[in-house]
Amino acid sequence: MKRKNRSTLRKGEGRLAFLAVSPFYLIFLTFGLFPVLYSTYIAFFDWDPLGLHIFVGLDNFKTLLGDDRFWIALRNTLSIWVLSTVPQLAAALGIASILNKNRLKFSGFWRSAVLIPNITSTVAVAVVFSSIFGRDFGVVNYLLHFFGVDKIDWQSGTLSSHLEIAIMVIWRWTGYNALIYLAAMQSIPKELYESAELDGASGWKQFRYVTLPGIRNTMIFTVTVSTIGGLQIFGEPAIIGGASLSGGNDRQFSTLTLFLYEQAFQNFKFGYAAAIGILMLIVILFFALLNSWLTGKISRD
Amino acid sequence: MLSKMKNRSLSSNRTNVAKSYHYFTLAIFIFLVAFPFWWMVVVATNDQSVLAKTPPPIGVGPNFSKTVKTVYDFVNFNRAIVNSFVISIIVAAAQVFFCSFAGYAFAKLEFFGKKFLFLFILFTMMIPGQLGIIPLYMLIVKLHWVDSLKAVIVPGLVSAFGVFWMKQVISSVLPDEIIQAARVDGATPWQIFRRIVFPIVRPTALVMGLFAFLAAWNDFMWPMLVLSGKQLTVQTAIKTMRSAYYVNYSAQMGASLLATVPLLILFFIVSKQLVKGVMDGAVKG
Repeated sequence: MKRKNRSTLRKGEGRLAFLAVSPFYLIFLTFGLFPVLYSTYIAFFDWDPLGLHIFVGLDNFKTLLGDDRFWIALRNTLSIWVLSTVPQLAAALGIASILNKNRLKFSGFWRSAVLIPNITSTVAVAVVFSSIFGRDFGVVNYLLHFFGVDKIDWQSGTLSSHLEIAIMVIWRWTGYNALIYLAAMQSIPKELYESAELDGASGWKQFRYVTLPGIRNTMIFTVTVSTIGGLQIFGEPAIIGGASLSGGNDRQFSTLTLFLYEQAFQNFKFGYAAAIGILMLIVILFFALLNSWLTGKISRD
Repeated sequence: MLSKMKNRSLSSNRTNVAKSYHYFTLAIFIFLVAFPFWWMVVVATNDQSVLAKTPPPIGVGPNFSKTVKTVYDFVNFNRAIVNSFVISIIVAAAQVFFCSFAGYAFAKLEFFGKKFLFLFILFTMMIPGQLGIIPLYMLIVKLHWVDSLKAVIVPGLVSAFGVFWMKQVISSVLPDEIIQAARVDGATPWQIFRRIVFPIVRPTALVMGLFAFLAAWNDFMWPMLVLSGKQLTVQTAIKTMRSAYYVNYSAQMGASLLATVPLLILFFIVSKQLVKGVMDGAVKG
């Protein structure tokens, strides 16, 4: 495969190759890379979009680290991320192992059905769930009253609003991750299960000692992807907050991206908002690396 | 002898056969998946006073046309649907073309700087999108594209992930020999792409296009910023309704329903391809 004979390159082919990649790079450099680099630049300024741009060095970062709103947003983001990722991946694993059963009837139907939430828009999902979790007429509170639980104002509490948002994320992504796990499970050789069976391993033991090690890399992949996506959560808190971008009266569900958006496009502090973006990138990189290290370590042990 | 062994190996898989409680678990899961859609219908078709009752209604009500009227009195929802379709179709078609074309170049052609450019693509896939949102907004303002659909379409025309995906597929399914043979027959590089490469990767390219369509249809963070009152998409229309009618769930839900039905129809047509696309491990979360 490594056979790279330049002699096969005919006249016009080099030109075609450049033609083929150039639209991508032109658009990408302009609308993708340039904004990211420029964002890093303006993070060092007191940048009023309609007025002055004053160089302030690291001041934005210093102010940010002393800003309660930043720490609240970070806490909320991490809390929502943990509450949504852990149950979601566990449920996806369970659904996938059922979908992977031999002689499962209607398997095409089940596979399609679990993917439906994933194609629905965040906006519609957030609108529906904030109604389901409504304080006075919501279905969840109605069901809870059978267990003697008083009406919960889901949006106004810290943990309860995080749970509400986490459930939206779980609803949207569980089926998608289940299909990814299913694909990984199907690539495990059948003989491994057969010899485990001959050794008298129970269903659970087969799952523990054949299935889990077999999909280890895929699990690391899904944890990393959910981390990168989860730490950027924006749509759900932005929608349930209505017209406000503060993430609730006490900022109880303000997330890092929502905070960035609020500072940039409501308070017009472009430099400050750009600094939030950079700290966010650092947080994401930190957790993505930590995650893949931990997941790798746990599944090796 | 052989058939006997086969039998034994089949029966030895007894532990992994689907049982009734597995179907039961799946059914409960599907119920949880379906309920929010049903609740959308319930709220959109019932009057606020009915929704306030205990126990809450669980059936379709008579109020749908009234809800739709509220939606249309508030925003030009037809216009929003047309805008969303225009944006999503152009973005999807452009990505199918640009990404398979560039993917072909990376997979099968030699050119200066190829390795570096490909590493660059891998790198850009890892940067979160919102990091550049402020300068991107400044750029759109400078170009006077605010309130024009261009502001949403142009930045979405290409996708680093799409190029990466198409390159992988073309490398793995298209043997060099086929291209060599076409060259011997005197086909130009463009003809090779048009007549040989693209037809072979078309199924994957179309799945990629579907995902691009869905992402463009569902996006609202960026459209909310660069499109205002005059040029709404379905998502920003719902968002605007939510901000205005904070407690009137019927209207918001009516708009959500109108925005979701076209997607569900599309889903029923292409669900097999989407499932296959996800299972090929091909889609970024």
